[in-house]
Amino acid sequence: MAKLRKIVTDPLADNNPVTWQVLGVCSALAVTTKVSTAVVMSLALTVVLCCSNVVISLLRNMIPNKIRMIVELCVIATLVILADLLLRAFVYDISKQLSVFVGLIITNCIVMGRAEAYALQNPPLKSLLDALGNGFGYSIILIAVASFRELLGSGSWYGMTVLSESWYTGNTLMLLPPGAFVIIGLLIWFQRTFISKTLREED
Amino acid sequence: MGLINLAIESIFIQNILLALFLGMCSYLAQSKKMESAKGLGLAVIMVLTIATPLNWLIRHFLLEAGALRWTRVAALGELDLSFLTFICFIAVIASLVQIVEMVVDRFFPVLYNSLGIFLPLITVNCAILGASLFMVERQYTLVESVVYGTSSGVGWALAIMSLAAIRKKIRYSNVPEGLRGLGMAFIITGLMAIGFLCFSGISLGK
Repeated sequence: MAKLRKIVTDPLADNNPVTWQVLGVCSALAVTTKVSTAVVMSLALTVVLCCSNVVISLLRNMIPNKIRMIVELCVIATLVILADLLLRAFVYDISKQLSVFVGLIITNCIVMGRAEAYALQNPPLKSLLDALGNGFGYSIILIAVASFRELLGSGSWYGMTVLSESWYTGNTLMLLPPGAFVIIGLLIWFQRTFISKTLREED
Repeated sequence: MGLINLAIESIFIQNILLALFLGMCSYLAQSKKMESAKGLGLAVIMVLTIATPLNWLIRHFLLEAGALRWTRVAALGELDLSFLTFICFIAVIASLVQIVEMVVDRFFPVLYNSLGIFLPLITVNCAILGASLFMVERQYTLVESVVYGTSSGVGWALAIMSLAAIRKKIRYSNVPEGLRGLGMAFIITGLMAIGFLCFSGISLGK
C-alpha cells in the first residue's frame, strides 16, 4: 500500500515531470495567462494521460517492440481527438482560448514519456496511479504559474477580482510570454532550493 | 510584400518558441552545446519547410468539409473528415521524419553525420505539429504555408542558437546553486523574449 501511495506522491514534488524531468513545458507556459484555462488544460491532460497509460499497459504484451512508438502515438492521438471534441462540445469558450494547445497534448512529452517509461513495463493499476501522480504534478505547476500570472497581470484569480483596480495597475508583462518564462524559472529555483535537493545538474 | 511581412512576423514577432512556447523540450535539452543546437536547428527548418505545406495539401484535399469533391463521387463529396486532423498530421510528420532521415543518409552522408541523431527527436517536437495546427487555424494558402513553415523554422533555430551561445558564456559566471541549469535557461529565455518584444509592430509597406 505504501508503495502504491509512493507512485502517486513521488511525481508531485520530488520527481515532478515539469520542473525535474523538463517534460511538457511547452503547453505549461502557453495556457497559463488565466487560471480557468490552466485548470481545463490540466484536467484534459490528466484524463488523456490516465487513459493512455491504462490502454498501453493493457496492450503491453501485444505491442511488438519495433513499432511501439507508432502504436503509442495512435493511442494518444485518438484520445486527444476525443478530448478535443468533448471540450468543444461542453466548454466551447475555453476550448477556443486553448486553440491549438489541446491538439499539442499529442506531442506533450509527459504522455509519451510515461507510456514509454512506465506503462510498457507495469500492470494497469500501477500505470493508472503513475498517470494520476504525474498528471497532478503537471497540474500543480500549471495552476501555480497561472495563479501568479493572473494575480499579478490582471489582479484577479479564477476570474474573481482580488487586487482592486482602484489601487492596483495590472502588470501587463506577466500576461506576455516573458513573464511566463521568468516565473517558471523562479519556481524551479524555489523548488530545487527548498523542496528537493537530491540531484545536482552541471551546466 | 504580404509574404515578406509574414516571414518577418513568424521569425521575429510571433517567434514560434519565444512567443508561442512551442518546441521547448528539445530547446532546453539540446542547447548545452552550439554544435548540437545548430544541427537541431537545421533539422527543424528542413522538416518544417516540408511538413507544413504537405499537411496543407492533406487537409485541403482529404480532410476538410467537402474536400473530397475532386473525386466526383457524391457520397464522398459530402464527407467532413476534419476530426481526423490530429491523427493524420502526426502520422504525416512521423513518416516524413523517417523518410527525410533515409534520404539524407543515402545522399548527403556528411550532413547525416551531423544531423542524424537529431532527426528522430523531431517527431515529438511540438513546433512541427504546432505550426501545422496554426496553419489550419489561421487559414493560410499553400504559398503562405510554405513561407510560414520555413520562417517558423528559422525563428526556432535562431532562438536555440542564441540560447546555446548565452549558455556557453554563463558557464563562467557564478549562478546561485538552485538556479543552475534549467532555472537559469528559463530566465535567459525570458530575457530573450523581452528582447524580441521590441520587434512587435514592425510591418513593411502595405
